[in-house]
Amino acid sequence: MTISPQAGPLDVDKIRADFPILHMEASPGVKLAYLDSGASSQKPLAVIEAMNTYYRSQNANIHRAVYTLGEVATEAYEAARAKVAKFINASKPREIIFTRNATESVNLVAQTWGRANLKEGDLVLLTEMEHHANLVPWQMLAAEKGIRLEFIPVTEEGILDLAALPALLEQKPKLVSFTAMSNVLGTITPAAEIVRLAHEASALAMIDGAQSVPHLPTDVQALDVDFLAFSSHKMLGPTGLGVLYGKLDLLNAMPPFMGGGDMIKRVELRSFTTNEVPQKFEAGTPAIAEVVGLGAAVDYLMAVGMDAVAAYDHELTAYALERLEEVQGLKVFGPGIEHKSSNASFTFEGAHPHDVAEILNRHGVATRAGHHCAMPLHNKFGIPSTTRASFYLYNTKEEIDQLIEALYKVKEIFG
Amino acid sequence: MDDLYREVIIDRYQNPRFRGELDPHDYSYQDDNPVCGDHVRIDLRVDENDTITEAKFSGEGCSISQASADLLVEKITGMKLEDVRQLGKADVLELLGIDLGPVRLKCALLSLKVLKGGVYGLDDVMTLDELAAS
Ligand SMILES: Cc1ncc(COP(=O)(O)O)c(C=O)c1O
Repeated sequence: MTISPQAGPLDVDKIRADFPILHMEASPGVKLAYLDSGASSQKPLAVIEAMNTYYRSQNANIHRAVYTLGEVATEAYEAARAKVAKFINASKPREIIFTRNATESVNLVAQTWGRANLKEGDLVLLTEMEHHANLVPWQMLAAEKGIRLEFIPVTEEGILDLAALPALLEQKPKLVSFTAMSNVLGTITPAAEIVRLAHEASALAMIDGAQSVPHLPTDVQALDVDFLAFSSHKMLGPTGLGVLYGKLDLLNAMPPFMGGGDMIKRVELRSFTTNEVPQKFEAGTPAIAEVVGLGAAVDYLMAVGMDAVAAYDHELTAYALERLEEVQGLKVFGPGIEHKSSNASFTFEGAHPHDVAEILNRHGVATRAGHHCAMPLHNKFGIPSTTRASFYLYNTKEEIDQLIEALYKVKEIFG
Repeated sequence: MDDLYREVIIDRYQNPRFRGELDPHDYSYQDDNPVCGDHVRIDLRVDENDTITEAKFSGEGCSISQASADLLVEKITGMKLEDVRQLGKADVLELLGIDLGPVRLKCALLSLKVLKGGVYGLDDVMTLDELAAS
């Protein structure tokens, strides 16, 4: 997960033309600058139309349908699984499990692999920069089973303190689960290295890719990661859909997650046998139209090229950091641009983040204020909340200029 | 430039009149607005006739949450507890003198929720969503 500087440039005007919502006005006469893709991205027409087409001409429940429409729907669903597998270079489509979101993907691993393989006193190693989605599921397991949690520290600068890792790994964790990109600091963590060190210590490794997969090229085989969790809605796809990648042998050995239809092979009154992976983990009717939409999103991102997306996001982030520095009283959290991409979280002296976001909104700039589901990380920096601007392939430097101008208005009101 | 940040709100946010804690106190209650991390605590002293003789607020949060706490605490000083129980959303909006969208409304009503929690005891407290819809 690195940024390749030689990626071909991306044609942002052409991309913007594909996103209807970006052409709306925030309010009459005010241009919308959508700088909240870290929370959820906008969707290109190709995605909206793929779902529309599905409902207009392909809709039926999948699997077990003998009639043509049911076959068409099943094919569309499974074709999308294959596209997602290719997108992250999984060796088989079966290693892709569809969930509701990245949060559910992490919970799936905690509740199945975790429950089956962890016992009292076992250690799960996380980091101090995790989103609550990769923290609370493990806390719940700690409460239930008495597992221990330790954390790779975050330095003052906002990167992972890898110097602390050897001693933590000596405590023989069973799993190291960490984010590849911080949703607050933008920090890109050295994922391949952490996975390698985890494996050397005989631990499994899981990546929370909710932020990294949309923004950086991802190759699960090169990373050799055991599990990867991410969400469709942050990568141009629809809401209500997430992905869990897992190595096939691990998935095969794991107990099922939820019980019900599709996840079974045979059911007796008092017993059942499980279906094969991935159906074993997809109980009940899945989000079929959304999966089809995610397939279109992945096609879109691959056509642009993830190297180009990563290079462009990085360029926008560098520009934003440079311009934010001009604003007096503003403090950006997280490392310098060499370790960072896709977002900038900041505080503004004398103005609460919520007020900042409100005033930015009045100038058409959509940002997010709060703890961004990372309360422990904010506590670490001694602040309750920040305002976050986040960037994606359809954003422009003009939108960042609009952000900066609006920040001067904040200064006028609260200065 | 805009109504939301009326002078009174910025003034109360930057120079609150009733910020502090009371020790001892007869009532103290605190709560958070998880959406934005606003936090408000209100302490009250009450005389033998159930009249509020002194009130203070503390906490942190956005200008709307903190200014409304300051204004509300000012308003209830000298009021009888039974009259405080009658206060509602409209009273807070009147103090602020603005109309608020659904998100900021919760910032504004946090102090009312805290006040009611302290004066009513836990069972009667509405959630912020219920207060906002009231
Ligand atoms: C790093 C990270 N992990 C996990 C999540 C959870 O994603 P979702 O809410 O789609 O499950 C997010 C989303 O904000 C995130 O940024």
